[in-house]
Amino acid sequence: MVMNAITPIRTPAEQALIGAFGALRDSGPASAALEGLRIDGFSRFEASGLPHRRVEDWKYTDLRALMREARPLAGAPDASVLLAAKVAVGRLPRVGGSRIVLVDGFHAPDLADGGALPEGVTVSDLAAAMAQRPEISALVTGQPATRANIAFALNNAFLTEGLLIEVAPGTELGHALDLVSITSDGAPRLVTSRIVVVVGAGASAGIVETHLGPAGVEYQKNVVMQVVVRDGATLEHGRRQIEGDQALHLATLEASVGAEAHFDSLTLTTGAAVSRSQLFVRFAGEHSNVTLRGVSMLKGRQHADTALVMEHAVPHCQSRETFKHILDGEAHGVFQGKIIVQPVAQKTDGRMMSQTIMLAEGPSMDNKPELEIFADDVACAHGCTCGELDADLMFYLKARGIPHKEAEALLVEAFAREAIEDFGGGPLAVVEELREAMLTSVTEWMRART
Amino acid sequence: MSLLEIKNLTAKLADEDKQILNGLNLTVEKGQVAAIMGPNGSGKSTLSYVLAGREDYEVTDGEALLDGENILELSPDERAAKGLFLAFQYPIEIPGVGQMTFLKAAVNAQRRKNGLDDMPTPEFMKLVNGRAKELGISPDMLRRSVNVGFSGGEKKRNEILQMALLQPKLAILDETDSGLDIDALKIVADGVNAMRSPDRGFVVITHYQRLLDYIKPDVVHVLSAGRIIKTGGPDLALELEAKGYADIVGKAA
Repeated sequence: MVMNAITPIRTPAEQALIGAFGALRDSGPASAALEGLRIDGFSRFEASGLPHRRVEDWKYTDLRALMREARPLAGAPDASVLLAAKVAVGRLPRVGGSRIVLVDGFHAPDLADGGALPEGVTVSDLAAAMAQRPEISALVTGQPATRANIAFALNNAFLTEGLLIEVAPGTELGHALDLVSITSDGAPRLVTSRIVVVVGAGASAGIVETHLGPAGVEYQKNVVMQVVVRDGATLEHGRRQIEGDQALHLATLEASVGAEAHFDSLTLTTGAAVSRSQLFVRFAGEHSNVTLRGVSMLKGRQHADTALVMEHAVPHCQSRETFKHILDGEAHGVFQGKIIVQPVAQKTDGRMMSQTIMLAEGPSMDNKPELEIFADDVACAHGCTCGELDADLMFYLKARGIPHKEAEALLVEAFAREAIEDFGGGPLAVVEELREAMLTSVTEWMRART
Repeated sequence: MSLLEIKNLTAKLADEDKQILNGLNLTVEKGQVAAIMGPNGSGKSTLSYVLAGREDYEVTDGEALLDGENILELSPDERAAKGLFLAFQYPIEIPGVGQMTFLKAAVNAQRRKNGLDDMPTPEFMKLVNGRAKELGISPDMLRRSVNVGFSGGEKKRNEILQMALLQPKLAILDETDSGLDIDALKIVADGVNAMRSPDRGFVVITHYQRLLDYIKPDVVHVLSAGRIIKTGGPDLALELEAKGYADIVGKAA
């Protein structure tokens, strides 16, 4: 008897995703490269279904249980959707220079703002680039660890256009690109977006992503950003996840960092009912450094998972991972961080830290640090703390007349600031603006708690 | 009415059974500097913490009236707003909270509770810079996080700066002399003496007579085993310095 003859039982969400894939395939032709990518992604999903708690990587974020149904695929926005999006996006202060807007995962060039793209930056259609340029197609396919991930596979399966952002070698951007990805109001849908960023050799660039959408709508969003930082290049990457309160947000950041390059990424998470931020970062060249950082502020019954894999595949690289959770209500935070040091990656220097502050009795936090070290001359460390605000600090502040809530806010801001304040360090003016924007969000979040 | 009237105050650590304050009675008048001296473990710091409202302590009996109002049911910030100030024996470091942010939050919290608007920033800066200069606190120290990287003496001066900004009715100085060299002691004492006024009272907790050479007390109380066992004039401090506590504690027991 053949074991694989067993027909798996599908959940309604899985059935809906299978149906959606069929409909997308029937809707029109795609290039061979795109078609190949979609089929690869779909087959991986079809073979395993939605990941659940018995899948180690998803132990704390049981997607099969959390995603009871799959929303219909979002279509390209029509004129009225674009108009509404324009108004909503207009209310969001620009953090960088040129603004690039995606509506429901589709590039909306008419909503661009902040002047023309700087010299040396090109933005083009990813699907078209894949059809014409094999190297782009190969890049989009992803590294093995990313490809094995089901959120990434689903993004592949439902990819329609995508965006390719290229920074020419040697370009030095004065301001970051302000990328806004908004989900429109109305019936909940599944949004898929894909962005590929290639920072050419010796270039220095910054990108700030902001993800937002309507409150009270159970939309689902699956975003993937793939980044290549070429030799000698610098990329400062900021990310604000301020999705609507009922949203499901799955994000994957894949980065490959060349020699003598620098990549710094900071994610602020305050939105969505359920979110997962996955980072797959790999050193591809020596003498480079990467800093991955995040601040998640969760309340009510929010759930947010950060799952990162930092792979040292070459010698002489330094990585720092600093993640902070601030939990209130009955929120659930998850941090899973894995540093892999390959046998050749001698002189690796890696340091990972996860710290959590509980503002109430109700929240829970799961931490899973992992070090997989196959080289013998490395320095790797991880640490993890979890607790209430320090009672002695609170007493000192209150003894000076500062009310309880305000004292909490001062200490939480200080806690978050540690992850934020040395962000960047590159030449970009935006780094300062982004830091300020992040700290302002922290302050506002604390002020909104009553 | 007395500025502070403590009646039969009995307190213990919240998670232990041992009483530390055992029916303590103490009165401090407006304009008075009251020194509290006593051997180690007599309850001096406990008294300061209980008055300031630290949660680790549980008051099991008695009351403490500030201007006639029992403050023991109030939260620490409410007590501070009523004009109570504790200069900590060990001022705490608060990494990430800027000194100016902290001072401004404290000053404005007090103003709000008194129905005033926040102090405009230029006025606040001028006020802080002026007071800081008097206390030998450098602009660099004002730019740092609260007490981070401060020497022992700098931390104590920083306490006095906060007191000067908040202008309390009653200031409790908990072993403000510990860890100070003679120059720092003079600066701190000058800061305190400059604030002496007919409306304000001080409780100066110390082990040693030395501080009282610089901050002249009106009255000296001896605390032992959680209650005041003897009260006298400034000479009592000199007597204790000469003879030690054993004699007086022995007589009381």
